[in-house]
Amino acid sequence: MGLTRLIVNRFLFGLITLLAITLLISLALEALPGDFAEQRLGQSATPETIAAIREQLGLNKPVLVRYAEWLGNFLQGDMGISLSNSRPVAELLATRLGNTLFLAVASAIVAVPLALFLGIVAALYRESLLDKMISTITLAAISLPEFFIGYMLVALLAVNWQLFPAISSISDSMSLGEKIYASLLPIATLTFVIVAHMMRMTRAAIINLLQSPFIEMATLKGLKRSRIIVRHALPNALSPIINVIVLNLAYLVVGVVVVEVVFIYPGLGLLMIDSVTSRDLPIVQACILIFGATYITLNMLADILAIICNPRMRHPR
Amino acid sequence: MSEATLNTATEAKNPVSGLRRIIMMIGLMRESPAGMVGAFLVSFWVLVAIFAPLISPFEPNATLVPFMKPGAVNPDGGTFWLGTDHIGRDILSRIIWGSRTVLFYAPLATFCAYVLGIVMGLVAGYYRGWIDDVLSRIGDMILSFPVLVLYIIIISTVGASGLNIVIAIVFASGPGIMRIVRGLVLDLRNRDYVAAAQTRGESAWRIMLVEILPNARGPLIVDACLRMGYVIINIGVLGFLGLGLPPPDPDWGGMINETRQMALIFPHMTVIPCIAISTLILGFNLLADGMRDISLRD
Repeated sequence: MGLTRLIVNRFLFGLITLLAITLLISLALEALPGDFAEQRLGQSATPETIAAIREQLGLNKPVLVRYAEWLGNFLQGDMGISLSNSRPVAELLATRLGNTLFLAVASAIVAVPLALFLGIVAALYRESLLDKMISTITLAAISLPEFFIGYMLVALLAVNWQLFPAISSISDSMSLGEKIYASLLPIATLTFVIVAHMMRMTRAAIINLLQSPFIEMATLKGLKRSRIIVRHALPNALSPIINVIVLNLAYLVVGVVVVEVVFIYPGLGLLMIDSVTSRDLPIVQACILIFGATYITLNMLADILAIICNPRMRHPR
Repeated sequence: MSEATLNTATEAKNPVSGLRRIIMMIGLMRESPAGMVGAFLVSFWVLVAIFAPLISPFEPNATLVPFMKPGAVNPDGGTFWLGTDHIGRDILSRIIWGSRTVLFYAPLATFCAYVLGIVMGLVAGYYRGWIDDVLSRIGDMILSFPVLVLYIIIISTVGASGLNIVIAIVFASGPGIMRIVRGLVLDLRNRDYVAAAQTRGESAWRIMLVEILPNARGPLIVDACLRMGYVIINIGVLGFLGLGLPPPDPDWGGMINETRQMALIFPHMTVIPCIAISTLILGFNLLADGMRDISLRD
């Protein structure tokens, strides 16, 4: 199979996955017990008012019709109207998405170089005290749920020493410095989690590489260690490292949900959890689609980069 | 005590594992310090769960004195060693009873996910062809979606209950297990003993379950242990997001969710259940690490 065809295949598969997921979400949320119209009216619900609200919101059409309409509108940038406060979903999402991206990008900027550095050092000085220390700490870190790390930071840095705010209230009027200060704890939490995962994967990839025959060959030829690493190991390490980075950015997308709830950070994850509770279908659909699309795209990117970097992947057995 | 531990780890694939094997495993485990720590942590929580009625100082759902700090004395007798929560329930007792919840649902969910994953993986790897394509594609699709978002869709659809959490976990982790089993089967199906069994005219299911599966057990036991850790994290996260087991029965994740608004004033209410969850997960991860060391040594 040609390279282009493989990549196109991978791309189409991602797209189909995304469509399947949106259909699943529409069908699933349709099956929720209770109805939004009843819930919204509460005590004042009479059969007539319920019917009127259902008519007004288009809730009385069949699921598949609503799904098709929603998808068509979504592709044109119209994500529908929030059921709970009648504002356009796109408008509600815009600021939240910005905040979430800010959190994710800030964490990635700190975490990626740090994790690569630690991972490479641990791999090069394998079995040393430093490597054992880094490995033990990161094993502990991946065993801890994100909310645990978040609350420990809150308990220490926000309650005991009162250095940072425990609740990250972000608004557009704040300057970049103020924003960073307000969201320092969520960034630290995410960084800690990502560094642990990424560092372990980097270390494993480099160790795997250092054990391959051509490195042994270079060592046996009597080359200097620095030359082996710079000239022989690093160019070959590029593909696994790119893969590690992209996969962890995808992981960041999910990690952000829990961290946002811990710090009540006004991002997309918090909005999604709140909307699930209030059963605001258009918002939930849009949030899930954004999270899903990001995750699927990043995974796809990791696969495609791996195919490009490693010719052996082009011929699966 | 380690017997119970190992049982939870092995039950996923091998219900009739002999006692001799378990004793041998414990002996080997002694060589891996990380594995020993893990076995200790896991068996500690297993013992706590078994003896919950004996060691729990109060009723887990009884409302006594609210907002007590750790170590405070109950005016009606007894001490709140870990304090009480916002409606006056003793946190130590809830942690102790909560260990039963997590140690019931996590192994159950992992076990069910394994049954599904093993069957799908065996079928896909052994028959190959179109059935492999279909199963693998569906699996890839589920795997290429963020797990947490998947849980949220499922739980918010079918509602939060113990059974639904198990269903959600099986749905989300089955494909991962299938992928591992399939890979192992693809390697094992060309072995001579499989060809011999085929020549003897054994049925396909007998070959899959009796000839192939037992030889794939090593990596699967390690994976089951790691996966148990992930399942515990996920049950905790669901509880934390308010999508876990319904109140009032004690559940560690739920305890954090109920008290998180007060985390700034009464950190002990959230930090203690966090520590309980983390030590149990760490236990399973270290145990898996130890077992991997042992299996690599052979």
